[in-house]
Amino acid sequence: MSGATEQGAESFERAIERDQRIEPRDWMPDAYRGTMVRQIAQHAHSEIIGMQPEGAWITRAPSLRRKAILLAKVQDEAGHGLYLYSAAETLGADRADLTDKLISGRQKYSSIFNYPTLTFADVGVIGWLVDGAAICNQVPLCRTSYGPYARAMIRICKEESFHQRQGYELLMTMMRGTPEQREMVQDAVDRWWWPSLMMFGPPDAESANTAQSMAWKIKRHTNDELRQRFVDMTVPQAEALGVRLPDPELRWNPERGHHDFGEVDWAEFRRVVGGGGPCNAERIAVRRAAHEEGAWVREAAAAYAAKQAARRDAEQGREGEAA
Amino acid sequence: MIAGDWPLWEVFVRGKRGLNHVHAGSVRAADAEMALRNARDLYTRRNEGVSIWVVEAARITASSPEEKDPFFAPSGDKIYRHPTFYDIPDDVPHI
Repeated sequence: MSGATEQGAESFERAIERDQRIEPRDWMPDAYRGTMVRQIAQHAHSEIIGMQPEGAWITRAPSLRRKAILLAKVQDEAGHGLYLYSAAETLGADRADLTDKLISGRQKYSSIFNYPTLTFADVGVIGWLVDGAAICNQVPLCRTSYGPYARAMIRICKEESFHQRQGYELLMTMMRGTPEQREMVQDAVDRWWWPSLMMFGPPDAESANTAQSMAWKIKRHTNDELRQRFVDMTVPQAEALGVRLPDPELRWNPERGHHDFGEVDWAEFRRVVGGGGPCNAERIAVRRAAHEEGAWVREAAAAYAAKQAARRDAEQGREGEAA
Repeated sequence: MIAGDWPLWEVFVRGKRGLNHVHAGSVRAADAEMALRNARDLYTRRNEGVSIWVVEAARITASSPEEKDPFFAPSGDKIYRHPTFYDIPDDVPHI
């Protein structure tokens, strides 16, 4: 270790210990940088792919009000993806390269977005459960040790609160409707409940990265802690809504002060993460098509910028001669 | 400049009149005009700004974290620049 590296390592450890943030130009271990890039990129990809399941309902939203809300929400997901790509770039990652890794399947995104949205009730349930689970995961990330990531998460969390509330309000409206509408809501809850619990990742005993991420204060809570917190938060919301969560083992445990709940189907989780979910191929194909079909726009913008710059240079040259 | 290789622009947003512009993040754009529009769409979707600056990231000169201590050392030992350095009796008003 050179003197400068040794000094860098020391100030890195000290910053982590004192709960200070690591900033882009600080020295950091290669493994920390690698973990951070991987996590932020995966998070950014999830936001970008996450536009698709709900985006599918924009043209079929039942009212202008719902359409405007859904458009704003999907636009937010794009924004969240871009905040995060911006944070990843501070670590030396290149945005175009990250997009390439996503559409060639070399980097992952959250497995939740590989499930289809079959009815409009799914839009509400995604807001309530999927964004609710995301909030549980993301609130502690506002204090994560890497500064640009923590700052992006603060913006994202503020906006996610709108996402969750619009979803819950949508479901309350449907629950006040016809028996068929109430059935649609229950059916959507039945399909999304377990995948939502999978969003917290594998159980602690099988989570390879948790210990190091906790030591670096990237993560503040384990997967199982956050999953438990989500279940405890959601049960009273389900009661208020009048829906049943599809888990016969779900019940309050007064001794633990938490709800007990059944075992997640981890074989399904691994299958979906591994590419075998109902929509994996479609999600990547749509993202790839959008990227390829947008190539002429990127080329035109670059050509226009080059022409304007050349014209400006020529004008400045003439002014120089006149003087 | 090849397509997809747009430069990186740092974005600074003035939240409201009377406040400084504050760094918000970055965008990719082919030119300054596009960077401004992208920054507006990305960082002010909820009235977070009344004014935006964009500057090409490559044009920024920054102090280096490695030289942090020597670079800022000159101000470290000049405690007489702070008002608390001076003892004034408690019964002297308005000072």
